[in-house]
Amino acid sequence: MTQAVVKPQAPLEKQVMMTVNGDEAVAYAVKQSLVDVVAAYPITPQTIIVEKFSEFVADGEVKTEFVPVESEHSAMSACVGAAAAGARAFTATSSQGLALMVEILYIASALRLPIVMAVVNRALSAPINIHNDHSDAYLMRDSGWIQLFAENVQEAYDTTIQAFKIAEDERVLLPVAVNLDGFFLSHTLENIYMLPDEVVHEFLGGYRKVSKVRVDYFDEEVPLALNPARPLSFGNLDLYDYYFEHKVQQVEAMKSVPEVVREVNEEWFKLTGRRYGDGILDPFEVEDADVVLVGMGSGVGTVRSVVRRLRKEGLKVGLVKLRMFRPFPFKEVAEVLKNAKVVAVMEKGVSPGSYGPLFLEVNTALYDLKSRPALVNYVYGLGGRDLVPDLVEGMIRGLFKELEKGVFEPKLRYLGVRE
Amino acid sequence: MVVKTLPEFPVKKGEPAYKLWLFEPGQKVEMPLVFNLRQLAETRRPALLPGHRLCAGCAAPIVVKLASFAFRGPTIVVTATGCLEVSTTIFPYTSWAVPWIHNAFENAAATASGIVAAVEAMKKTGRLPYEHVDVVVFAGDGGTFDIGFQALSGAAERGHDFLYILYDNEAYMNTGIQRSGGTPKYAWTTTSPVGSVLPGKMENKKPIAEIMVAHRIPYVATATPAHWMDFMKKVRKGIEVKGPAFIHALSSCDRGWRHDTALTLEVTRRAVDTCYFPLWEWTPETGYLLTDRSLAIARNPKLKQPIEKYLELQGRFRHLLKPENKHLVKELQELVDAAWEELLRKASNAPR
Amino acid sequence: MSQQAGWRSLPKAGVAFRLSTDYKTGDWRALKPVIDYNKCTKCMLCWLFCPDMAIVWDGENVVVNYDYCKGCGICANECPVKAISMVPEF
Repeated sequence: MTQAVVKPQAPLEKQVMMTVNGDEAVAYAVKQSLVDVVAAYPITPQTIIVEKFSEFVADGEVKTEFVPVESEHSAMSACVGAAAAGARAFTATSSQGLALMVEILYIASALRLPIVMAVVNRALSAPINIHNDHSDAYLMRDSGWIQLFAENVQEAYDTTIQAFKIAEDERVLLPVAVNLDGFFLSHTLENIYMLPDEVVHEFLGGYRKVSKVRVDYFDEEVPLALNPARPLSFGNLDLYDYYFEHKVQQVEAMKSVPEVVREVNEEWFKLTGRRYGDGILDPFEVEDADVVLVGMGSGVGTVRSVVRRLRKEGLKVGLVKLRMFRPFPFKEVAEVLKNAKVVAVMEKGVSPGSYGPLFLEVNTALYDLKSRPALVNYVYGLGGRDLVPDLVEGMIRGLFKELEKGVFEPKLRYLGVRE
Repeated sequence: MVVKTLPEFPVKKGEPAYKLWLFEPGQKVEMPLVFNLRQLAETRRPALLPGHRLCAGCAAPIVVKLASFAFRGPTIVVTATGCLEVSTTIFPYTSWAVPWIHNAFENAAATASGIVAAVEAMKKTGRLPYEHVDVVVFAGDGGTFDIGFQALSGAAERGHDFLYILYDNEAYMNTGIQRSGGTPKYAWTTTSPVGSVLPGKMENKKPIAEIMVAHRIPYVATATPAHWMDFMKKVRKGIEVKGPAFIHALSSCDRGWRHDTALTLEVTRRAVDTCYFPLWEWTPETGYLLTDRSLAIARNPKLKQPIEKYLELQGRFRHLLKPENKHLVKELQELVDAAWEELLRKASNAPR
Repeated sequence: MSQQAGWRSLPKAGVAFRLSTDYKTGDWRALKPVIDYNKCTKCMLCWLFCPDMAIVWDGENVVVNYDYCKGCGICANECPVKAISMVPEF
């Protein structure tokens, strides 16, 4: 979080400080975002979002239709229906729930529906585990959703509101997953600043406005929605003559996402005084760093505190916090890492038989550099195992020793696992 | 607004032969049920356009056409994956004259839940430019009895205001005639073939309409497109009740049932005449009520035809008519009779 | 393929951009329904039941639109006065 230089439009004294956990923060953000339909199913550690939101509904604090579906598959299906009808739709899930939704995630993005979903990251079964890692987020990485990661509760609140603006942007029209770490953020109380309702309404431009589309059978542009005035058909059968074009169109839409995420981040900064790097990534002490760590989510906070401490000792170490995993910011990552001697990609997920998914992306990003840093992959925190500062410190000191020798083997390492 | 590309067909009087349904915002809509067919032909157009690629003789488009004659105004249609879905929307073409969405196979009811919720939310916030927007689902037996049952049951329990029309052709016809939970006992399908040991499907058909009655939703009915007036009345009732309504429409598939394309309606008519598929409706207030031909049969049991009259038209039951399978036909007759007797006991308008 | 739209010009979200009335299914037909207007009572059942919306009421008569008629024969079978005969196309 960078301090405001210019006075924000809604300075802190106009914002409301509340002590909430990550799930509650998301629920409040949704409450303020004029969401028409929330369809969700309970799953730990996401449940508090649904519970809190149900309270808003029970107390008449929102006009949102809450659909307490019988499964996550139906949660996403209902969101698809609602969003296609022109509504602003939200859902939240974790782990197995997300796995059950996968089929419909692909449909939501291909139908260009700006649904927002909080993914409270949790490990996938088996063995069943309710605690945090990013294997659920990785599971949906090819589904065509934008994936943003929050580091703390404040960022989870801010990002949820921003997500609606990003998703509904005419240039984008794609669903957004806001990732926050289960328990580390979802169940951890933090003092955060919330905006007054009307400021959020204004930021989002009121209720959702559907974009327009041109089809041969109408002589003017018509709303891209299920609209009894101008009927359109969604979810048609595509054969080999059109499927490829539709897929490319969807893939190409991702290209405009970084620009929009940056703009929204800046707009948020002007409004609130808060921003998250350039919205895509947030580098810390990387300019002259020999060893640079790359990571996403709440673990970044722990790593940053260790980096800060080791910098005082004179160790040239830096950190890149990645906020956006899909679309992956290849150019930006290459640019920020180009002077590093060794890059350690830290991630809470695996792809058995390969390196971690984040590692593969960073590896690809660095390939085009003239001189590439050495690259290692640290898998940590699976199933919610805590990332303690000592572990990070040991890892960094080890990397400096390896740097002296110039040998980095093996590439894939586990941080904090018993042999 | 001009709608382009609709064909001009020589229609001397009244409206063009085909048109899209365009409900201008704020427009006052009155679409009463019309049973005078000439009047209907002059005032209404079906929600389904020609040029769809369902097989010749398919009953599904008749189900949709008749149902749409009973729509009361702005309507959004949801269709589960299946024959009707793929054949009516082969890109870049659509046959739907009303807003239409297909999401996936098992989630038509969940998708409808979301649309109903969106409509309600817009109504609440003053953004709905219509008095009502109805949501109607068309789904096949696979998408209803089997893979879509959870979503249907959940949506029924939650009470969303939509009409779910099951067009039941009693097998997975879209993938090539595989057995489903809706396939009747002893029917041939490609996954319940008639072999030297097994005489087709060995299991009973799920009583899906009665399962929906057990959900205690406001309206459940059975129908066939052959009994068109009965069907249209039921569709309108299903739309008008507040909450979920379910109509089980028997919808023959000439390819899968192995009958002549011209006999599509004849075969469903015989299903009713033999009491294999009785016509009834149910509401929490009235309980079961027999309708149309089934009420006539209840009043005059002589009209009830033997099950062979239904089986003989269809190649999928051909093996049953061999002399060595007489006992199977007898068993089916007993099953039909028992179910019919039970229905007569339950139906308050059946003669005592 | 050459005159088909590329990804840059296709409407978003995969919405269909043409009506199926542009797609003629009449060439599927092997048997052609022919209406004997001397017998026809204008009961409209053929119009009601035609699965292909290929029977049209022109204000005076039911007329077959052969652009779409697939020749299933439901109209002939349902006609209460047997005014429709199915005639081979070839």
